[in-house]
Amino acid sequence: MNRVAVVGASLAGLRATEALRRHGFGGDLTLIGEELHFPPYDRPPLSKELLKGTWEDERARLKVVDNLEVNLVLGRRAESVDLVGGEVTLDDGSTVGFDGLVVATGATCRTLPGTESMGGVYVLRTYDDCVALRQALADRPRVVVIGAGFIGAEVAATCRTLDLPVTVVEFLAWPMERVLGSAMGKWAIELHESHGAEFKMSTSVKGLVGGDKVEGVELADGTVLPADLVVVAIGVFPETRWLEGSGLTLENGVVCDATCRALGAENVVAVGDVARWYNKAFERDMRVEHWTNAIEQADAAARTLLSAPGESLPFVSVPYVWSDQYDKKLQYVGIVGEFIGVLEGSTEEGKFVAAFSSDGLLVGALCVNWPARMIRYKRAIQEHMTVEELGKGLP
Amino acid sequence: MKIVIDLDLCAGHAQCEDAAPEVFRVNDEALVEVLMENPPESLRAKVEDAARRCPTDVISIVD
Repeated sequence: MNRVAVVGASLAGLRATEALRRHGFGGDLTLIGEELHFPPYDRPPLSKELLKGTWEDERARLKVVDNLEVNLVLGRRAESVDLVGGEVTLDDGSTVGFDGLVVATGATCRTLPGTESMGGVYVLRTYDDCVALRQALADRPRVVVIGAGFIGAEVAATCRTLDLPVTVVEFLAWPMERVLGSAMGKWAIELHESHGAEFKMSTSVKGLVGGDKVEGVELADGTVLPADLVVVAIGVFPETRWLEGSGLTLENGVVCDATCRALGAENVVAVGDVARWYNKAFERDMRVEHWTNAIEQADAAARTLLSAPGESLPFVSVPYVWSDQYDKKLQYVGIVGEFIGVLEGSTEEGKFVAAFSSDGLLVGALCVNWPARMIRYKRAIQEHMTVEELGKGLP
Repeated sequence: MKIVIDLDLCAGHAQCEDAAPEVFRVNDEALVEVLMENPPESLRAKVEDAARRCPTDVISIVD
């Protein structure tokens, strides 16, 4: 393998590039990214410190290893790939040849159809999104956030910290339900409401009201919430549009085997938010949108690309995600499961550990303001601790 | 090798403890404690992994 192209230059792509060099790849290495900023801005601070203005922007740049030998192609989108010919075509018509390909194109924000050009409507994924939103928040608007996942919840918390009025509208019943399930939902809502955020759960949005600029959010029941600024935080979809027709299996991401090698293509691996791989830790396919996954999977995928198919190692991973909301540090390790209970501490104290199971096994744990417990639960999940064993003794 | 940490940056993610439990542990103050300031070479790969996985760049390795 003499030439590798890494498509996607945010966290996953950057770390995959570094990992390729670290694992001995000495050939031509090209890193292609749509965003112009390099080193890339780390995404977690975009909904927190950078949005609040508590950090200088430069502090949020990702560190890059010294002397990284790579051809950088920035500000360019990949439009298609020819796997047989080994060539990526970019939006300016130029091509990048490769023997090995790393797909790290991440995910793209879902938008409310028809509202993309309305003033006062924001998504939050990139540094540029953050700068625009931060500037708009300085006008002290009435904010409505659509979506109560991690991003929506963090934006709401940031707005309250900036003393801005905010209402969050969510289609599901509970905040962060896709990761936390329903049991901790009540606690999450109370956390936000105690800081003055308003939550409207199990509520659909019919559309946005306004002309050139948004004036309100119309709900399914016809109510209109007045809004000077709307943040659309309804999730992302894996960015695989450029891979359509390429021969790769695309189903909620690039489908890969347990080693992160793309199905049907020996010289292609996928990493990060775009990768759907078979995770032996839970015996299922999954696509993980968390920060630590991008780094850990980048290392594994780089090794896989540089090894023969029969000799590659599986990427076995217990995912980890964190979220800072007000004075609470939420840390979730594992996957979503059925609520077992609050095993340590209490929600009243604001310091606790809640555990989750699936088929009699411990599969997840939520630690709030208790980082010291987190790795113990991660180990227990890795070792397939049963609910019964958990009942006899905490990790 | 010598481990140097910037405790002001530590946010208690415990990824370091996960990567190299012989060297790092997050304590009850939610901050990292370095258990071995000069770990043996045999732990280098784990320590480098810990440094890479830290979301807030707390760990430096000085040779």
